[in-house]
Amino acid sequence: MLLQPFHGGVRLPPHKPGDAAPAPQSLPLPPELVHPLPPPGASGACAVTVGQRVRRGQLLAAAADARGAAVHAGSSGTVTAIAPRPVGDGEATCVVIATDGRDDSAPLPPLADWRELPRERLLERLAVAGVVGLGGAAFPAAAKLAAPGTILILNGAECEPWLRSDEALLCHGAVEVLAAAQLLAHLCRATRVLLALESRMHGARAALQAALAAPGAGGVELVAVPTRYPVGSERQLIRVLTGQEVPSGGLPRDLDASVHNVASAVAAWRAIVHGEALTERLVTLGGRGVRGAGVYRVRLGTPVAHLVAHAGGYTDAAARLVLGGPMMGQAVVHDAVPVLASTQAVLVLGADELRAAAPERACIRCGDCAAVCPAQLLPQTLLAQLREGELEAAAQQGLSDCIECGACAWVCPAQIPLVQLYRDGKSALQVQEDERARAAQARARHLARAARLARDAAERVARVAARAPATAPAAAQPAATAPATPAAAATTAAAPMDKAAVLAAIARGRARRQAAAPAGREDAP
Amino acid sequence: MKAFAVAPAPHIHAGRSVTRVMGHVLLALLPGVAAQLLFFGPGLLLQLALCLAFAAAFEAAVLRLRGKPLLPHLADLSAAVTAVLLALCLPPLAPWWVALAGMAAALLLGKHAYGGLGHNPFNPAMVGLAAVLLCFPREMAQWLSPLAPLSLSPSELFDAVLRGVPPPTLDTLSSATPLDTLRSLAHEGRTLAEIRRTPLFGNVGGKGWEWIAAAYALGGGYLLWRRVIRWQVPLGVIGASLLVSLPFWLSDPDTHPSPLLHLVCGGLMLAAFFVATDPVTGATTPRGRLLFGAGVGVLTLAIRRWGGFPDGVAFAVLLMNLAAPLLDRVGPPRPYGHRRAGAAP
Repeated sequence: MLLQPFHGGVRLPPHKPGDAAPAPQSLPLPPELVHPLPPPGASGACAVTVGQRVRRGQLLAAAADARGAAVHAGSSGTVTAIAPRPVGDGEATCVVIATDGRDDSAPLPPLADWRELPRERLLERLAVAGVVGLGGAAFPAAAKLAAPGTILILNGAECEPWLRSDEALLCHGAVEVLAAAQLLAHLCRATRVLLALESRMHGARAALQAALAAPGAGGVELVAVPTRYPVGSERQLIRVLTGQEVPSGGLPRDLDASVHNVASAVAAWRAIVHGEALTERLVTLGGRGVRGAGVYRVRLGTPVAHLVAHAGGYTDAAARLVLGGPMMGQAVVHDAVPVLASTQAVLVLGADELRAAAPERACIRCGDCAAVCPAQLLPQTLLAQLREGELEAAAQQGLSDCIECGACAWVCPAQIPLVQLYRDGKSALQVQEDERARAAQARARHLARAARLARDAAERVARVAARAPATAPAAAQPAATAPATPAAAATTAAAPMDKAAVLAAIARGRARRQAAAPAGREDAP
Repeated sequence: MKAFAVAPAPHIHAGRSVTRVMGHVLLALLPGVAAQLLFFGPGLLLQLALCLAFAAAFEAAVLRLRGKPLLPHLADLSAAVTAVLLALCLPPLAPWWVALAGMAAALLLGKHAYGGLGHNPFNPAMVGLAAVLLCFPREMAQWLSPLAPLSLSPSELFDAVLRGVPPPTLDTLSSATPLDTLRSLAHEGRTLAEIRRTPLFGNVGGKGWEWIAAAYALGGGYLLWRRVIRWQVPLGVIGASLLVSLPFWLSDPDTHPSPLLHLVCGGLMLAAFFVATDPVTGATTPRGRLLFGAGVGVLTLAIRRWGGFPDGVAFAVLLMNLAAPLLDRVGPPRPYGHRRAGAAP
């Protein structure tokens, strides 16, 4: 298969070059699991109460909307609190479960005959089981699979350097991955299934080839893509595999393609075939600040501190705790945060691995950032525009096409935190757009009101004018029969006439103004 | 619970720095410095010392005036690159005030007046060179015959550079540059074949100069290999020079120098790899850089042919610096997922 290169990208040294993918290790159950609920506002109702006993896989909160996902208990135990807890770099309302160590589960009925079931039924199961993308975005799988695609791409290329979770899954769960591929192909109605893995993953490739040789397996093309960050990014992978580019602001479905992380595919398969809700994931633990680096099978909700402690603890070098990869991961202030579905990795970076805290220098326009930008932007130009406050110009240059991969900031000799700037720029753009939308809405409302008032006025004029000939003789009658009150008769007859005249004048004036306005604009130089 | 300090992603870095970039440039200039030393004697060492000393002094003074910390800015080596580039362009026996004026113009006017490294619209070394070309035309025209200055004693050298007293043998030592000779003799109506037979010329270009140009190209190759510079600018300069001079030479080889002679004479090679590649003052888009380089090549040749100076590199670079913001708007790359410009919507 002919692979197309994507623009830019960087070749990052693997963290531990040369060794085979580690087998996923298990952790003892933590004494406490912390499950953040979907954000309030669009909140799905919490399905449990404090003191309630729950089992593994039991629903804690239903999905708030199509973009949210259902949350399930990671193990059996008792709900001890439903309260705000630190999550990532912020805080969220969480269900806290004191585990009882029995780990009994409450599976959904298995749908082993999925090939015969309607697609909607399977998608509904994925939504109920809370299956989300495990590649970092944690987008609900049901919503993503709802759009069919002719090409199904299973993404086994790690989204960031140092990560080994997908590789470990491919090496040690090849059979499950291929079974999941068939399920997803059925769901997407795909005619072609590609499984992308990195060219350095020799062990994974051998395992997959062995699994493909088994009877019943097949229909999946293995493609080894060059290890070049960010090849694991959806858009770049599509470009490499198909030579096509997802339109700016569009989705893979615009190319009739559907991309799913291999771990998400397996989670979907388990939800359908075994009735398992999403309660665990593979997490890469790495960095020089921690002992026992490797891939761990971790229950969602497990505090990071528990993972680190059971892996071997911190080393003296520990300087930064990052949830996610070294390029896009999020640094957190302490380790009392839970592992979530989006947590592909827990990195404890040593001081020597961190980018130097060297003071930022002025941009020398070397253009190294443009050479590595996978979105083929000109980061140096965007930088100048954002610093000058030229948001419009930056937007025109493609600011919103930035995928925030961090390659530009990684390579920048002046140590400028470029990604940070683009994020700020994007949110400013969003604010501006929201304001503009609000203003347009207000304007539309105002215009509608003005039109309604004018229409009402015109109708009133018409009504009065229609009634006037009828009322005039009626008024004239009593005037003739009762000349004692001519003044009163005159007022009753004249009043509606006056009012009609006034309203007609207003309508005429408005019409004249409206007619004059465009003419006046035309006359203007 | 263990606490950590946070910072925005990415958390790792390639380890490149401005200092390292400038260090690579200095390293890449070494072959050129060595070749020039070989042919024009240790005067260059004095010029280098003077320019570097003035650079350090001016930088320190201006940084203090601007209230900036000294160390990080001095350590970025950008002033050192400017100093070495200017020193390479000064005649080896030029008196010290030429270097002083050149560095003052380069760093004070060319760089810090605009806000320092990264904000200067003009290449500082070329601002300095243009200033001394205009202010000291006589001193700047006084080049030495290749290999001749090796006979100078150290005291004569010091007298010439530090006291401004030319050595008694100056007349036998000095000569115009090959480009100067080419120009004046061509004005006298001599054919190129005759000019080429004068002792100033070697196999391809000026004697000695051809080797110096090759040494610059070698350093340029190093910069390309280390990805300090990209190929667009050197290709633009060299390609445009060759393309423009070729038809003239083919039509009348007696009056027009060959493309190769153009390339290896004067500062064209230095410009192609070390001056026009200055990222701060050049274009920043790939296409813009190609055009920028081509502009430098064409303008240099035009100034050599029609201008008032034998070599036009400094002025060509400064003129193209003026055009850089415009060139940046020429054909920016098409971002991922966008239609090609001009394609039907």
